[in-house]
Amino acid sequence: MRLGPRGWALGARPRRGARDSGLGARGSGLGIRAVTLTTVILALLHVAQGARGPQSPGLVPRRIVSLVPSATEVLFAIGAGPRVAAVSSFDHYPPQVESLPRVGALVDPDVERILSLRPDLVVVYASQTDLRAQLERARIPVYVYRHGSLADITAGMRAMGNRLGLPAEAEAAAASIERGLAEVAAGVAGRPRPRTMLVIGREPQSLRAINVSGGLGFLHDLLELAGGRNAFGDVKRESMMVATETILARGPEVILELNYAGRASRGEEERERAVWNLLPGVPAVRSGRIHLLYGGEFVVPGPRVVMTARAFARAIHSLISAGPRRPIP
Amino acid sequence: MADVRRRLAAWTLAFGLLAFVAVVAAPLIGTTPIRIARVFDRSIPFADNPDAQIFFIARLPRALAGALVGATLAAAGVVFQALLRNPLATPFTLGVSAGSALGAMLAISLRLHASLWGVSAVTAASFAGSLCAVAIVYAMARARHRGFSTNILLLAGVTLNAFFSALILFVQYIADSAEALRTMRWLMGDLDIAGYAPLLAALPLCAAALLAFAWLPRALNLLSFGTDAAESRGVDVLRVQRVAFFSASMATGAAVSLGGPIGFIGIIVPHLVRLMVGADHRVVLPASALFGAAFLVAADVVARTVMAPVELPVGIITALVGGPFFLWLLVRQR
Repeated sequence: MRLGPRGWALGARPRRGARDSGLGARGSGLGIRAVTLTTVILALLHVAQGARGPQSPGLVPRRIVSLVPSATEVLFAIGAGPRVAAVSSFDHYPPQVESLPRVGALVDPDVERILSLRPDLVVVYASQTDLRAQLERARIPVYVYRHGSLADITAGMRAMGNRLGLPAEAEAAAASIERGLAEVAAGVAGRPRPRTMLVIGREPQSLRAINVSGGLGFLHDLLELAGGRNAFGDVKRESMMVATETILARGPEVILELNYAGRASRGEEERERAVWNLLPGVPAVRSGRIHLLYGGEFVVPGPRVVMTARAFARAIHSLISAGPRRPIP
Repeated sequence: MADVRRRLAAWTLAFGLLAFVAVVAAPLIGTTPIRIARVFDRSIPFADNPDAQIFFIARLPRALAGALVGATLAAAGVVFQALLRNPLATPFTLGVSAGSALGAMLAISLRLHASLWGVSAVTAASFAGSLCAVAIVYAMARARHRGFSTNILLLAGVTLNAFFSALILFVQYIADSAEALRTMRWLMGDLDIAGYAPLLAALPLCAAALLAFAWLPRALNLLSFGTDAAESRGVDVLRVQRVAFFSASMATGAAVSLGGPIGFIGIIVPHLVRLMVGADHRVVLPASALFGAAFLVAADVVARTVMAPVELPVGIITALVGGPFFLWLLVRQR
C-alpha cells in the first residue's frame, strides 16, 4: 500500500487528519472529494491498524528493525525471522537478510528510513541514546540488546523470546546452544589447557597494532570453554593492545587469530602466519601452533557461538603442526 | 666564531650523552625482568633465549625507532619554524602528516595485505600519502609567485591539513568498526615495530634529511631577519627555502610512516632547547635532534610500562606532556 507511511501518521493522529480535511473542504469542488477520500482512508486505516495492533509496548511486535547483527541472528534463530523488516548495514547472516532494507548501523542509523518502515520494535545498542530518544518521540518501542559474556547470549535470547511472544521457541534455541557448548566443553575436558593468545586484530603483514582478547567478553569465555587458558585472562578488559615484549614474556603456547575480513588465499594465509616467525621464542611459533580463523561469524555474539566454540576447540587441541618454524636470527 | 664552536661542542656533547643514555637504558627497562648477562650470552641459541629476544626484538628496535623518529621530528620542527618564520609551526603544519595519515587510513580500510622488504602496505601507503601532500603544497606555493611564498605555503598547508582531515574522517566513517579502530590506533602513534625492517626503510631518508639540515643553520639564522635581509647578506634564499622544505618534509613523511603522527615532539622540543641554548640555529638544530631522540625514547618507555600489560599509545604520552606546554607557550607569546 503506497499510502502507507502518510496514512499511518494520519491514523495515529486522527484529530489532525480531520482538521486537514476541513481545510480542504473550504476550497472548491475538489474539497468534497478530498473529504470523502480522507474519510475512506481513515476508515481503512482504523481497520488496518486494528489488525496490526496498537503501537504500544508490551504487545507482540510484528515489524522489527534490528540494528544489531547478533540480535538479528537471534531473531531468526527463535523463529521471528519473517517479522524482521530491516537490518543494519553490517548484517550478513542468515542469508535471508541480504534481501532486506538496510537502515545504517551503530554510528549512522538512518532514522528517516527506520520511521518510514513503520516498525513496531527497533532493536538498538545501549549506546544509541539519540536514536532511542527519537524513536521514543515517535512512540516506537525500542529494545536495547546488550551483550557481554557468553551467558548473556542465551539469556538475551530468552528475554527476546518473551518480548516477542515466542518463549518456547527461544527456550528451545537457547537450550540447544547451551547443549552444544556443553558438548564442546565435555569434548575437551581432561585435555591439557594450553596458554592461548586470542588475536582479534593486527596490521596485515606485520606484528604491529596487535589487539588481543582480555579476560572479559564472550570471546574470552569461548576460549576458556574450548579448553584454552587465555594468556591475558588476568586483564579485566574485552580487548587490549599489547606490545611484542608482552607477547614474548607471556609466551603463549597457542596463537588463535581471528580475521573477519573474509576468506584468504592459501598463499596469503601462509604469509600472515609466517609474520609470527619474527618472534621465534614464543612457544606457539616454535611448535607451529598458530591458527588463523577466517570469517565474520567468529566475532558475532549470537547463535553461531557453538560453531565458534568448536572451531576454537579444534584449533587449540589439534596437534597438526608444520613442525618447528625457521627461526629468524 | 670560536665561541659558537665551543657552545656547539658543549651542548652537542651534553645532549648527545642524554640521547645515548636514553637509547642504552631504554632496552633495559620494561615490565619483564631480563638478565643482561643472558642477553649477550652467545652460548645459548637465540631461539631459546627469551631475554635476548625481548632485548633484541621487542625493546632495541623500539628504542632505535624512537630515537630516529624523535630526532627527525624535532629537527624538522626547527627547520619548519625557521622556514615559515612562525614559532607555532610544526612538522605537521604543512599537511605532511595528514597526507601520511590519509594514505595509512586508505591502506587499512582497503585491507591492503601486500608487503615489500618487510615494510607493510600501511607504512608504504602512508609514505606515499606524505609525498602527495608535499607535492601539492609545493605546487601551490609556486603557482602564484615565481619564487617561494612562505605565506602561501602556510595557507596551502593549513588548508590541505583541513581537507585531508575531512577525508580521513570520511574514510574512518565508512570503514568497518574493526578497521575504524585500527585507523584510530594508527593516529595515536606506535613505535612497537617488532624488527628492524621498517627502521631500515625509514633510515636513509631521515639520515639524508639530517645531513641536508647540517647545511642549513647559517642560512636559517639570516632568514630569521627576513628574506630581503638574508638576500642582501648573500644567501640564495630560494635555494635554501627549497632545500629546507623538501628535506624537512621528506624526513617528516618517513618518520610518520615509521611511528605514526606522534604529536608535539616537533614543537615542544625546539622551544625547550631554545630556552636552554639560545636561538642560534647552529646549536639549536643538532641539540634539538639529540634532545628529541632522548625525549621520545623516554616517552615510549613510559608508554609501554605505565599500564602494562596494556600498551599505551606513545602519542598520548607526548601529547599529555606537550599539550600543557604548548598552551603555556601560547600564553607567553602574547
